[in-house]
Amino acid sequence: MLTLYGETVSSRLLLGTAQYPSPKVLGEAVKASGTQILTVSLRRETAGGGTGGQFWEMIRELGLRVLPNTAGCHSVREAVMTAKMARDLFGTDWIKLEVIGHHDSLQPDVFGLVEAARILSDDGFKVFPYTTEDAVVGEKLLEAGCEVLMPWCAPIGSARGPANPDALKSYRAHFPDTPLVVDAGLGRPSHAVQVLEFGFDAVLLNTAVAKAGDPVAMAKAFAGAVEAGRLAFEAIPLEPRDMAVPSTPVIGMAVFE
Amino acid sequence: MKLIINGESQEVTSATLALLLEELAYDHDFLATARNGDLVTAEDRSACQLQSGDRIEILSPMQGG
Repeated sequence: MLTLYGETVSSRLLLGTAQYPSPKVLGEAVKASGTQILTVSLRRETAGGGTGGQFWEMIRELGLRVLPNTAGCHSVREAVMTAKMARDLFGTDWIKLEVIGHHDSLQPDVFGLVEAARILSDDGFKVFPYTTEDAVVGEKLLEAGCEVLMPWCAPIGSARGPANPDALKSYRAHFPDTPLVVDAGLGRPSHAVQVLEFGFDAVLLNTAVAKAGDPVAMAKAFAGAVEAGRLAFEAIPLEPRDMAVPSTPVIGMAVFE
Repeated sequence: MKLIINGESQEVTSATLALLLEELAYDHDFLATARNGDLVTAEDRSACQLQSGDRIEILSPMQGG
């Protein structure tokens, strides 16, 4: 079981709701994933009947916890305002905080991130910061009031998987008691297995499922992956060895000379 | 009066933000609103008096990652 800001969930997969081929596929993928937390966003609505209401009705019918994001915000002011509007709209004080520092890499602006996290935490928000795997930044985020950290493993939507596995392992070791969610950059279930084996508590992904050839099947594959990765972590995997070590006992071998 | 609504200049007659949403036929069960960069909660919209030149943001839920 995983506890995030006092809320316990059984699924270690947090799923985004964007880029699916249709609302129907989104709904089926969500169910196949077993997720209990969905990320959502907010944008300008058009007058006289936009699509936001329909989307929100559908998400509400799924009956899951929502985690609104501040995706696309490039300044502290934008991110804080978006978070406040999200709290009013979605009725939750959870916020996935993104302060983007670069248009191309979508790398977090960690300085703005820490500042925004402090402002929002002081205002009662429960902040889920999208950050890098820099442990010093992680410490500053905890000092700012965050109780969860969400380091990337590769750029958003890149599907590359862990670009710096050693840094992620160090990050896990540095924050033994903080819930850690790998957010962004995962492409395949094997990537999710890998970071769960490292001891990360959960993964947050979107594109890897939504843009797969069969999003519903991929959602199911990721559900299995996070379960397998967590079980493996708890079972304490064998460390790699430099030399071969026979698995079959050599004692008692027959002699045919 | 003229307001800037979601980045576009528009001529409207409503005196409050709540009335503006009615005038423009927004489905206001699913909206978050701001006036001049400050949040206006759902319950505060009726009391939110509009002035010419106000910048209004009207947001709704959408898909996100």
